[in-house]
Amino acid sequence: MKTYAITFLSGILFGAGLALSHMIDPNKVLNFLDVTGRWDPSLLFVMIGALAVAMAAFRIILKRPAPLWSGSFQLPQKTAIDPKLIFGAAIFGVGWGMSGYCPGPSVTGLSLLSRESVIMVLAIYSGFFVTHRLLDKP
Amino acid sequence: MENFTPYSALAGGALIGIASAMLLFFNGRIAGISGIMNGVFFAPKNDRTWRLLFLAGLVAGGGLLQWLVPGFNVPRQGYPAELLAIGGFLVGVGTRIANGCVSGHGVCGIARLSIRSIAATLTFIAAGMLTVYVIRHLSELTA
Repeated sequence: MKTYAITFLSGILFGAGLALSHMIDPNKVLNFLDVTGRWDPSLLFVMIGALAVAMAAFRIILKRPAPLWSGSFQLPQKTAIDPKLIFGAAIFGVGWGMSGYCPGPSVTGLSLLSRESVIMVLAIYSGFFVTHRLLDKP
Repeated sequence: MENFTPYSALAGGALIGIASAMLLFFNGRIAGISGIMNGVFFAPKNDRTWRLLFLAGLVAGGGLLQWLVPGFNVPRQGYPAELLAIGGFLVGVGTRIANGCVSGHGVCGIARLSIRSIAATLTFIAAGMLTVYVIRHLSELTA
């Protein structure tokens, strides 16, 4: 129960952070990506703010043998920079640049009752389903 | 530069960092949103509830700020729906193939000093910049 409470609270803080930093405004994201035009470095400052906290905190947290309320840390095991990683990240970047949304702001944007967020969430899930169909071996 | 908002960006970023640290410290989980979204349908059954709660939290957090400061964010209007639909689909496909998005690779991965995540982050930012350049400056799809 308490792990669920922390999860919900963590989601709330994450969503509030995305909204406070205006990252749920897709034009703000597109302006960051528009280096030769209306460049707005705000997204870079979001990353700096997030990484300043997370880098220091993760260093301390990951020295522990286990998380406080759970058996073990569940960290990504992959470390290789393989063609799949670069190809996938490039595809994602193209979709990000076309729409102005990555997954977090797509979901958080639902709080604005934004029609765009509904389209994004449905489109992202259709991408998930197609990828699973094509790549997952039974 | 247009509408640069360094203070709200830093403060919002710090909240994102705190949220990610909380989830890791208490529950041992990485706050990678594409992975969390995907697992709502594709993770083992007993591993789905927390994902829905986290996603509900994202919406609640956005709503909370909007309730505290009405009009703080305004939904965009009039953007081509096909760019959203195709873009969203590519976001879904790309984040599955690369195992992560801006939160998973860009924040949590870089915070763990994962070279793989740094490579992914540089790649999607570069691809995003190139795409915006094509859409805004070489075509007339958007203003």
